[in-house]
Amino acid sequence: MMKFRFRRQGHDPQREKIKQDLFAFNKTVEHGFPNQPSALAYDPKLQLMAIGTKSGAIKVYGAPGVECTGLHKETATVTQLHFFPGQGRILSLLDDNTLHLWEIEQKEQCSHLEEVCSFMLPGRSGIESTSATRVTVLLPKLSCDLLAVGTEGGGVHFLELPSFTLLDRSIFQDEIMQSVPEEYKCGKSLGPVESLQEHPQHPDKILIGYSRGLVVLWDLQSRHADNVFLGKQQLESLVWVRSGNSFVSSHSDGGYMVWPVSSSTPCTHEPVTSTIPYGPFPCKAVNKILWRTTESGAPLVLFSGGMPRASYGDRHCLTILQDSQHITLDFTSRVIDFFTIHCIDRDKEFDDPLALVVLLEEELVVIDLQTAGWPTIPSPYLAPLHSSAITCSYHISNVPTKLWDRVISAGQRQCHLQTHTNWPICGGKNLAPSPKQQELLLTGHEDGTVRFWDASGVSLRPLYKLSTANIFQTDCDHNDSLTQAGEEDWPPFRKVGCFDPYSDDPRLGIQKICLCKYSGKLLVAGTAGQVIVLYLCDEKSDHMIDVATVDLLQDREGFTWKGHDRLPPKSSSVPFAPGFQPVVLVQCMPPAAVTAVTLHAEWNLIAFGTSHGFGLFDYHRRSPVLARCTLHPNDSLAMEGPLSRVKSLKKSLRQSFRRIRKSRVSGKKRVMVQEANAQLAEQDAEVTPVQRRIEPRSADDSLSGVVRCLCFADTFLRDGTHHGPTMWAGTNSGCVYAYALDVPSQDKFSEQSVEALLGKEIQLMHRAPVVSIAVLDGRGNPLPEPYEVSRDLAKAPDMQGSHSVLIASEEQFKVFMLPRVSAKTKFKLTAHEGCRVRKVALVNFSSVASEDYSENGLVCLTNLGDIHVFSIPALRPQVRYDCIRKEDISGIASCVFTKTGQGEYFKKIFLKSRFYLISPSEYERFSLSARVITKPLCQLDVDRPHDPSELSPLSSPALDSPNSSADITLDTTGELTVEDVKDFLV
Amino acid sequence: CLPMIRIPEANSLSFEAEYRRFALKKNGAGSFQEFYQLLQTIHRIPGVDVLLGYADIHGDLLPINNDDNFHKALSSANPLLRIIIQRRDEDEPVVFPTNSLQRRKKGLAGLRPSQQKNKPALLIGLPQDFRQISSIIDVDILPETHRRVRLHKHGTHKPLGFYIRDGVSVRVTPQGVEKVPGVFISRLVRGGLAESTGLLGVNDEILEVNGIDVAGKSLDQVTDMMVANSHNLIVTVKPANQRNNVVHRGSKASAGNGSAGSGGSALSHESAHSPASQTVSQCSNSNSVAEGDSDDDDTDLIIESDNLPSYTPHRSLANGNIHGNTPSSGVFGHRPLPQSVSLPSSSSLPTKTSSSQESMREDGNFITL
Repeated sequence: MMKFRFRRQGHDPQREKIKQDLFAFNKTVEHGFPNQPSALAYDPKLQLMAIGTKSGAIKVYGAPGVECTGLHKETATVTQLHFFPGQGRILSLLDDNTLHLWEIEQKEQCSHLEEVCSFMLPGRSGIESTSATRVTVLLPKLSCDLLAVGTEGGGVHFLELPSFTLLDRSIFQDEIMQSVPEEYKCGKSLGPVESLQEHPQHPDKILIGYSRGLVVLWDLQSRHADNVFLGKQQLESLVWVRSGNSFVSSHSDGGYMVWPVSSSTPCTHEPVTSTIPYGPFPCKAVNKILWRTTESGAPLVLFSGGMPRASYGDRHCLTILQDSQHITLDFTSRVIDFFTIHCIDRDKEFDDPLALVVLLEEELVVIDLQTAGWPTIPSPYLAPLHSSAITCSYHISNVPTKLWDRVISAGQRQCHLQTHTNWPICGGKNLAPSPKQQELLLTGHEDGTVRFWDASGVSLRPLYKLSTANIFQTDCDHNDSLTQAGEEDWPPFRKVGCFDPYSDDPRLGIQKICLCKYSGKLLVAGTAGQVIVLYLCDEKSDHMIDVATVDLLQDREGFTWKGHDRLPPKSSSVPFAPGFQPVVLVQCMPPAAVTAVTLHAEWNLIAFGTSHGFGLFDYHRRSPVLARCTLHPNDSLAMEGPLSRVKSLKKSLRQSFRRIRKSRVSGKKRVMVQEANAQLAEQDAEVTPVQRRIEPRSADDSLSGVVRCLCFADTFLRDGTHHGPTMWAGTNSGCVYAYALDVPSQDKFSEQSVEALLGKEIQLMHRAPVVSIAVLDGRGNPLPEPYEVSRDLAKAPDMQGSHSVLIASEEQFKVFMLPRVSAKTKFKLTAHEGCRVRKVALVNFSSVASEDYSENGLVCLTNLGDIHVFSIPALRPQVRYDCIRKEDISGIASCVFTKTGQGEYFKKIFLKSRFYLISPSEYERFSLSARVITKPLCQLDVDRPHDPSELSPLSSPALDSPNSSADITLDTTGELTVEDVKDFLV
Repeated sequence: CLPMIRIPEANSLSFEAEYRRFALKKNGAGSFQEFYQLLQTIHRIPGVDVLLGYADIHGDLLPINNDDNFHKALSSANPLLRIIIQRRDEDEPVVFPTNSLQRRKKGLAGLRPSQQKNKPALLIGLPQDFRQISSIIDVDILPETHRRVRLHKHGTHKPLGFYIRDGVSVRVTPQGVEKVPGVFISRLVRGGLAESTGLLGVNDEILEVNGIDVAGKSLDQVTDMMVANSHNLIVTVKPANQRNNVVHRGSKASAGNGSAGSGGSALSHESAHSPASQTVSQCSNSNSVAEGDSDDDDTDLIIESDNLPSYTPHRSLANGNIHGNTPSSGVFGHRPLPQSVSLPSSSSLPTKTSSSQESMREDGNFITL
C-alpha cells in the first residue's frame, strides 16, 4: 500500500501537465522607491528619467506604467548616469571606475535595458597612480559621437561613441597651464576636473572647470584654450547660461559667480557678480547650480547646499531664487541630484522651465515651476512607501468599485498643497491593459498611519492616508512638528516631501490590519494594545469614540506588566475628515502589541490577540464577549514586556538623532563598513564552525502564550449536523482554541448578546507556533468571506459534506476532520526539509489551458525564502520555487500573499501576485500563477543610428540634464570634501 | 494451560546461593508488585530489598522492576524462565550488562568487579530508573561503516543533549577523493541523553535524520529537522571511531568482550535480533519516512469541552467539567491504534509528565498531557 502511495506521488504525466498550467514563478515588478539611489539622469527628447542605485541597478521611468530596469553585473555604486538624447542609450559610471553603455531594447511589448559594452580608462603607462585616471566627470556631446572624460589627475580624455575608442586628443594640465598667467600658477596643480560643459551654441567648444577654481573654454577643433577664467575659490559645479554669453560657477564657500564670456578678453580675472546667498557667516558648499532664463524676466537660480554652516549645516536644502522670490526647500533626506524640465528647442530664446525634479536619498520630489508659489506635483510612481517605517501590510484583491471610489474620493480631499498639473515626465507608451480588477495594498506604519495604495497596475499609487494618532493624547502633537518648520523668517524654509522616519511615539505603530471590502469596515491594531474599528464615511464628523478595555490576564495573579503604558484616548470629541472614521476603541490590558486580529462584519464581531491572550468584542453593542488568557504559568518574560527597555532606548536615541539625521556619515563610508563587516563575517564562518544545540521545544519556552492567528468560520464544531459561527485562535506554543459562538440574527443584534463557549482545545504534540488556521468546506475549498454568500458574490460553501480545519504550524500542516477533530492528512515540512513555515495562504490557482479549471492550493513561504505549494486538503507537495534570499529576513517577514479571486463564478482573473519588501523602501512583486502576471508592458520609440557615421548633428541643446555637473561625483565617490572633514573636527 | 516458571538460581554476593523452582500461571500473573511479594514469600525474605533480573532468550540479564518488563519476561519464558534475585546493595551499583550470563559461564566472572571499578561512569544507573533510551537499528541494510541510532525520549522535556556543527567530510567518488560539506556532532552534553547512549560520539558525521539525507542541507535545517523529529529521532551516523563498528560485525564472543571492554554500547541490544529493533526498522527502512509513517509518535491532544449546549441529546461523554479530559486519539482511522496509551488521570494542563508515569514503550506512542 505504501509503495502505491509513493508511486502516485511521483510522475503522473497528466498531473504534471495540469501543474504546468497552474503554476509558474515570475518576479514581475518592483514597487516603491529604489533603495539607496546614487545617480540621476534625464533625456529631454525621449522624456525619460533614469535612476542609478548603490547596488548597481539602473531604473528608467517615463510616463506612468513605463519603466524598465537593468542591473550591472558588478554590484558597485552607479555614480553617474547620462542619456544619449533620443537614442535610448544610457552611459553609466560605476564606483570601480568602469564605464558601461546600456541600450533600451524592445521585446514583445516589454522594454529591457541591456548592457552593450563597458570600458575602463587605461592607466598612463605606469607613471600615474590609479587615482589619476579615476573618472570624475563625463560629458557626452549632444551629437552623441564623442564623450569627454575628466579625471582626478586633471586630464580630459575623449572617447569615440558608441564604440568607446580612446582618441589621441587628451588634454593635460601642462597644456592648459601655458595659457594661464604666471601669477596664477604658483606651482600648484589645478586639481581634478570638476565640471565639463558643452557650449550651448558652439558644439566644438567645451568648458573645463578644475577643482582649484580655474575654468577654461576649450576649442576642440583648434585644440586651443579660447578663454581662461581665473577663479580663486574651490569649484563645485558649472552651468552655461542659455545664450552662451556667460556661465555660472558654484563654489565650496557657499557662493556662486557669473562669468562673462567674450572672445575679446582671453583671460578673465573677475566674475560679473559673486554672491553668497546665505552669507555672511561661513556656509557649506553649493554642490550644484542651475541657471534658467524665463520669458517673464528674471532668471531662475536653483542650487543645492550653501546653507549657513553653524545654524543649518545639517539641513538638506535646495534653494529656488527668482528676483525677490526665494524659497528654501527643506528635505528630510540628502539631495542626490536634480534637473529641470524645460524647453530644449534651440530656436526659442528662453529656457522657461516647467518643473524641477529632485532626487533625494529617500524620495523623489517634483516642483511645478510654472505655477505661482511653486507647489509640488504628486508623483504617480516611486512612492516613498517607507515614509514612515512600514510595520505591516495587508492586501485586498478584487475591491468592489463602490469601496474603491469612496476611498479615492476621500483621498482626493486630503491633498491640498498639490497641483494637478500633468506629470511632466511622460516618455514612452504604456501598453498594459487597464487592470481588470482593483487591488488595494494597505501599509501600516510606525507613526500610526495606514496608507492605501492602488496595487492594480505596475506602479503603486498612493490613494488615501489614514492617521490613528489623533484619537490619542500623545506627548507631541503631530501637526505642530510640520508647521513649526519656519522657526524664523530667514531662510524661508519650506518642508517638502513626506519621508519622515522618526515617529515620536512608537506605541502608535500599526501591527495588524483587517478590512471588510463589502461593508467598508476597517480594523486596525497597534503596538500599545489598541484595537480600533473604523467605518468608511463620506461626510466629515465630530464625535466621541467609544472606549472599552479588555483585561486579557483575567484572574491570573502575580504578574506585573513592566512594558509601556496604554495610549490615553482623548476625552473630548474629535473631528474627522471624510474617510475611515474611528468608532470603537478597544484597549487590551496589559497593553502589549496586538499580534493577531480578525473581523467578521456580518456578525459584528472582532477578535484580537496579544502575547497574553485573546479577546472577542461585539462592536455593534460595544460589549466584550470573551477574554481568554493564554499565558503559561512559567512564562514570566511575557509579563515584563521583554522589549520595553529596548523600546525606550530606541525612543531616546530617536529623539537625539532627530536633528542630526544621517548627514554625517557619507554613503561611501557606510558601504565600506558594510563590506568590511561582510568580509569579516565570511572569515568567521570559515574559522570557527557554528554549533547548534539540538533541543526540542518545551512547554515553558518564553512567549508561548502569544496569539498567532485568529479566524472566524461558520462550521461544525458542536456536532456533525448543525453548523454555526465559530472562532479559532492559535498560539505560539502549538495550542488551538475553538469557540462556538451564539450570534443573534441580523434583526436582533441590538437586543441579544453574542455568547462564546469553548468547544475544543487542541495541543499540537510538536508545540510549534500555529501560523494559520482555516476551515475547509465539504469539497475541501476554503470558506468564503463574510457577505460574499449573502450578496451572491460567491458560491455557497458545501455544508453537506463534512468540514475540516487546516492548521498550519511552523513545522507542519495538518487537516483535522470536524467536528471530531481527528487528524485526516498532514505534511511534516520541518521534519522532512528542515525549513520552517513563515507565511501561509490559501490561494485559488486557475489554469492557463482552461478558463473553467481552477484549484485551491496552500502556499507556504519558509524561513529559507522558498515557496511551496500544496494541494488541499490532501496536502501533497505540488511545486517549489526559490523566491527570496534566505538572508533577507525582513523580506521574508514582510511577504504578503494575495487572496483568491472572487470565487468560482468569476474565472476571468485570479491574481496570484504577492508582495514582499526587498529593501526598506521597495516592494517586489512575484507571481505564482501561470495565468496572470502583472508586469510592465510599455513601448519606447528610440531613434538610434547604428552606424555612428550616419549621425546627423542634433540640434537641441539640452544643457541642463544633470549629466553635466560635477556634484554627482562629489555626492557619491566620497562626501568627505574638505568641509566635511572640518565639520568632524569642530 | 499452566506454563512452568522456573526459578533456578537466586544468586547474590551476600546471600548464600539458593535455587528454587516453581510454577506460575502465565495469564494469571498479575502485577509486578504481586510477583515481588510472591518471591519474597517463596524465598522467605520478607522485607529484604532485592533486585530481580531475568535471562532473556539471548542470555542477557535484564531487570524486572515494573509491570512492563515483568510481562515481557513472562512472555519470553519457553517455558522456563530464569530469574535472578539479588539483594540491593547501596555500595555497589548493579549493572545488567550484555551477555552477562554467557560471560559468567565462560568463567569471566572474576574479571567483572575490576572492570566495574575502572569504568564507574558508564554504569547505567539503578534498575528502578531503567528504560530503553536508544537502539541501533537496521544493521542488516546499512554499510558496516554506518550506524543508525534511535533515541527514545519517552516524552520527557530533557534535551537530546548534543550539539552539531558544520564541517568537511571526505568522500571517495569515482573521480577520486572529494571534500564535501557535512554535519558533525560537535559536543555531547554531560549526562545528557546522547552521551548516556554511548552510541553517538563527538565528530561523528550525521548522514541522515529520520531517513532524510542531510546532504545539501544547512546546519540550521538539520537542527530544525532534528528538533522536529525529536520525539522519535533516528540518526544515521558515520562514527568517527570505526573500531567499534568492525567489532560489532565480528564473532559473538569477541563482540561481547569488545563491548564490555569499551563500554561504549553497554546497553545496546544485539540489535539485529532484538524484537525492539525489528519493529523500528519496519518503520524506517524505506528511506522516506513520508506521510504518516511516523504518525504514531505524534498524536495531538484534543480536549473537548462538554459544556456546549449540544443539539443532539445522546452526547454521553459529558462529565461535567469544563475541561473534561476525554482524549480522542486522533490518528489515522485506518491504522490500528497502539493499545497502550497512558494518560495521567487528573491534570488537564499540558505540563510535564512526572517520570514515574513514563514507561518503556516500543512503539513510542504517547499522548502527553
